[in-house]
Amino acid sequence: MGQLSGPTDPTADAHWEHQQPRKGFFTDTSVCIGCKACEVACKEWNHNPRDGNLELLGSSYDNTGSLGASTWRHVAFIEQGQDRITEARESGRALVNLGMPRIGPPGAAATAGPDLAQVDTTPPDTADFRWLMSSDVCKHCTHAGCLDVCPTGALFRTEFGTVVVQDDVCNGCGTCVAGCPFGVIERRSDGMVAVAAQREEQHAEHAAVPNAGVAQKCTLCYDRLVADETPACAKACPTTSIKFGNHDDMVETARERVAGLHAQGLTEARLYGANELDGVGGTGSVFLLLDEPEVYGLPPDPRVPTADLPRMYRRAGMAVAGMVAAAAVAFLGGRA
Amino acid sequence: MANADCIIIQGSNMAECHPVGYQWVAEAKARGAKVIHVDPRFTRTSAVADKHIPIRAGSDVVLLGALINYVITRDLWFKEYVSAYTNAATLVHDDYRDAEDLGGLFSGFDPETGAYDTASWAYAEQGGGTIQEPAGDSEHGSHASARAAGHQFGSGGPSLEHAQVQRDDTLQDPRTVFQILKRHYARYTPEMVQDMCGIGVTDFEYLAHAITENSGRERTTCFAYAVGWTQHSLGTQFIRAAAILQLLLGNVGRPGSGIMALRGHASIQGSTDIPTLFNLLPGYLPMPSAGRHDTLSEYLEAIASKKQKGYWTDADSYTISLLKAWWGDAASAQNDWAYNYLPRLTGAHGTYETAMAMLEDKVEGYFVLGQNPAVGSSNGRMQRLGMSHLKWLVVRDLNLIESATWWKDGPEIESGELRTEDIETEVFFMPAATHVEKAGSFTQTQRLLQWRHQAVAPPGECQSELQFFFQLGQRIREKLAGSDDERDRPLLDLSWDYPTDEHGDPDAEAVLAEINGRHLSGPEAGKPLSAYTELRADGSTAAGCWIYTGVYADGINHAANRKPGQEQGPAASEWGWAWPANRRILYNRASADPAGKPWSERKKYIWWDQEQGRWVGDDVPDFPVDRAPGSQPDPELGGAAALTGDDPFIMQADGKGWLFAPTGLVDGPLPTHYEPQESPVANALYPQQQSPARLVFPRADNLSAPSAGTRGADVYPYVFTTYRLTEHHTAGGMSRWLPYLSELQPEMFCEVSPELAAERGLEPYGWATIISPRSAIEAKVLITERMTPLAVGGHTVHQIGLPYHWGVGTDAVVSGDAANDLLGVTLDPNVQIQESKVASCDIRPGRRPRGAELLALVAEYQARAGTTIETGNQRITDRAAEGAKPDPGENGRTEGGSR
Repeated sequence: MGQLSGPTDPTADAHWEHQQPRKGFFTDTSVCIGCKACEVACKEWNHNPRDGNLELLGSSYDNTGSLGASTWRHVAFIEQGQDRITEARESGRALVNLGMPRIGPPGAAATAGPDLAQVDTTPPDTADFRWLMSSDVCKHCTHAGCLDVCPTGALFRTEFGTVVVQDDVCNGCGTCVAGCPFGVIERRSDGMVAVAAQREEQHAEHAAVPNAGVAQKCTLCYDRLVADETPACAKACPTTSIKFGNHDDMVETARERVAGLHAQGLTEARLYGANELDGVGGTGSVFLLLDEPEVYGLPPDPRVPTADLPRMYRRAGMAVAGMVAAAAVAFLGGRA
Repeated sequence: MANADCIIIQGSNMAECHPVGYQWVAEAKARGAKVIHVDPRFTRTSAVADKHIPIRAGSDVVLLGALINYVITRDLWFKEYVSAYTNAATLVHDDYRDAEDLGGLFSGFDPETGAYDTASWAYAEQGGGTIQEPAGDSEHGSHASARAAGHQFGSGGPSLEHAQVQRDDTLQDPRTVFQILKRHYARYTPEMVQDMCGIGVTDFEYLAHAITENSGRERTTCFAYAVGWTQHSLGTQFIRAAAILQLLLGNVGRPGSGIMALRGHASIQGSTDIPTLFNLLPGYLPMPSAGRHDTLSEYLEAIASKKQKGYWTDADSYTISLLKAWWGDAASAQNDWAYNYLPRLTGAHGTYETAMAMLEDKVEGYFVLGQNPAVGSSNGRMQRLGMSHLKWLVVRDLNLIESATWWKDGPEIESGELRTEDIETEVFFMPAATHVEKAGSFTQTQRLLQWRHQAVAPPGECQSELQFFFQLGQRIREKLAGSDDERDRPLLDLSWDYPTDEHGDPDAEAVLAEINGRHLSGPEAGKPLSAYTELRADGSTAAGCWIYTGVYADGINHAANRKPGQEQGPAASEWGWAWPANRRILYNRASADPAGKPWSERKKYIWWDQEQGRWVGDDVPDFPVDRAPGSQPDPELGGAAALTGDDPFIMQADGKGWLFAPTGLVDGPLPTHYEPQESPVANALYPQQQSPARLVFPRADNLSAPSAGTRGADVYPYVFTTYRLTEHHTAGGMSRWLPYLSELQPEMFCEVSPELAAERGLEPYGWATIISPRSAIEAKVLITERMTPLAVGGHTVHQIGLPYHWGVGTDAVVSGDAANDLLGVTLDPNVQIQESKVASCDIRPGRRPRGAELLALVAEYQARAGTTIETGNQRITDRAAEGAKPDPGENGRTEGGSR
């Protein structure tokens, strides 16, 4: 096992002999049209069952709710008024003015500062109301909590740097569910109907739910990656809101995009997951958001639980040492 | 669209309903284009546009008219373009009277038939008369309406006797089109927009600036619309208004310009090109009408005069080639190429008239294919009750849609109006193959044919349409074999022979080859035709649809061309095949100035190459390729030969873009604002409330809500509009049976503003009942600031949004009440489209009553509003204020034509 926190190459840490460049998504929510093609393409490709109880969730056009065992792409819909837009614009600008230690291009940030004073940062036209749409997905973290806590080895790091569950190894213990700082991975219950894979089955009895009881999440279409194919969601996205490629290129594209939007006065734009110094060592799936992460249901400061292991071990070690010392002192003192 | 500098999406929710096509808007935006969405609702399109401008449903002509007025009065129109390429300088005959003069009516209105005699709108002839349609007198509006004659202009304009018009190139003569236009829109002001559309002056100016700053030599603006514009009682005129604006700004025939008609399904464009409509033959040739098109020569004369300009003058070649394709050797010069085998229209046979005829037991059988009228058609109750009068009904679909199950689980069973045991209709369900289970082509929005290969064989008894109809034809012909009845000849003589695969499915490429056409005689006999200009009227060519000729040139299926766009030039000519002639931008001669030079380097597309003596550029030139810019051929030549070097509109009878339509429209030569059939707002522009020529159906099962200013208008105080969601497909036949799509939008809902919710006590995500004079439905309530109450004419207009995907049945994964049940049937007279984007209703909290109580609720509202079959159905709103009967003494003017 490699290091437990901070910047690293997860594929190298996993000791792959023939490693590939790390793959990932860049989801640019500023061009998302909320069509949910990603959700459908994902379920189609992965044969995930329908979930939900076929009732309106009460959350704008979002009737999926969240990522889960059977939903590996989830599009959030957030309706906002003017006050919230102003706040988002200010909080995004603050990130820039701080020299963007956590987001954005380190190089570009230096030039972005003075440039911003000269470009027209007149707020864009529709400022009184907006409807945010964002397609969420597994982050494929550099330090993946789910993988680190998995006791069976069912979760593994692929040669593409992604994190995948082996359905036939997972025993459904659920430790990973608590280990994920994003709430992505879940155990699939068997209460939902599966979807017929063939038209003939459509009106027959529904097939049993596949992989019931075991942990399930986005595989970044591992079965497509090994065939040199684009993941289903990115393939289906009509506006290239979901981009797929080498992780380094994705992060670079994301940084260029956020700088471009800032130059247009859209200072609400900011990156999520592109900072390798964050609590998960940066994510494999990076996002461009138009508001604070909480607005989209994302944790503002995700932290992999195992990042604290060295410290915990150190403290435990110190405690053990202290105990031993105390015992020794007591013993020796007793003697004396 | 990717080349546009500004894109106005109005009457369309493009990002939601055309997400794949929207990539080009996204591309344009990434290149710096401004995107503005004008729509009653803030939708997913608005979310990614630069600006959303909320508008009152049905008021678009006021907004577009005000933009026209803005462009004219501020002198922002594109002078060189307008003068040379449009009919701005053409003189209209003195008999013409504008809606401005007659209180909202144009000259020629006949209150008895409710239709116009359009003769007085004609161009002035040099001798002092008028230039009418070629077959003698102009077709009366009532006749043209009955056959929805507007459809035949799907690939070019209406006909004229000849094109020797009178012009005043100074545009100063008050009878010039330009001056008429200027007067007509003078009262369409920003203030009128505020009063009628609910759009503030600031927003109007923002829009006007965006459009005009992005038009001219260097820049182009494009419009995109869909059924938000067409589905109105004057829908055709909405699009005409945009066409006038775009012509004035020089935004036609150039990269990033135009008016994009976004078609609603994968091949809805294809289904008008090779029509599934009652009134068209392939390639926009009209279906013959009894009494008007009795002989082939009468028919051909009515399509186009040999003396007019452009390519429609070869309609004889197109028609005879079609007849040869259908009837082969049985079509000969002796029998007028079997013209008499074609059926004749004897009246209106649109979908709504057919449903009404069913109720009168005039229709025995009905094929429902790729359609779910029980859910998807206006006044769904009329559709379902109509079907209950049939002897037999065939539904071909992927699933057991509501149109196949209404007899056991439809709303009328629940209300007690129908009892299953009393229904004598025999219903047959034929399972259909999906698009991946059969080969064929889709023709999309851009007129692009794209081939689909069969991916898997259809399961079970599912069949392709080709196989179904091929076998149906074979069986009918077997039954008729040996018949000597004349009426059976058309079926027995039909060319009906296609190669089939091992499952009996005909080879779709063989059908494409037949559509493309081939030489029948001469040295190239049997060879596929390569262009429609090769078609002949002497029986030596056959082609199933002239505009598609070339798709199978050299025996190659060009619809299957798949060279990625990034590997080829800007027009991407090797991806699919666009009709006509693989031309990507129509009328692209207009992308160059009258001298043949590009208007600008930035918008360069097609230009005249002096050295080569021909038009060259990125696309297939849409012009006689060697016609020099300065050519002035003898007008007597007629046809393409008569096109001058600056006549870019080669399918128009005079070669010009029509700001004013002297013929072809039945409800006015210029777009004029009328209120919808049902409206809580009085028409502030004219005494005439609704479009006088709209098609109304005053029937007890089709009552209308009273409009503003009449008793009972406050009983149905709110406007509702219907629409689609990304997650579902039309009436749900392709989506509500799929769990992955159903879970994304599981329940019928309505969208209301927080203000309306407060006014009516609606709870978030609770139930509401929506009541119209036709029906009452229930829906969950989405309260959202995306719906904006509008200040119109001094009071607040609330609009309610209703997606129309759900239907009442038991077979689908999700079901719900159908929004279309609320709608009545009022049609646009040009094309017979129903007004389904705006109507009146009331809304109240709670679920609707069940059973007979539902009918009682609807009746109670009708009684309270005092609605009768006359309500809303007057032709003329105020006879005293309107000039329905022109005074024959004045200027010696007579009603009707003065030839």
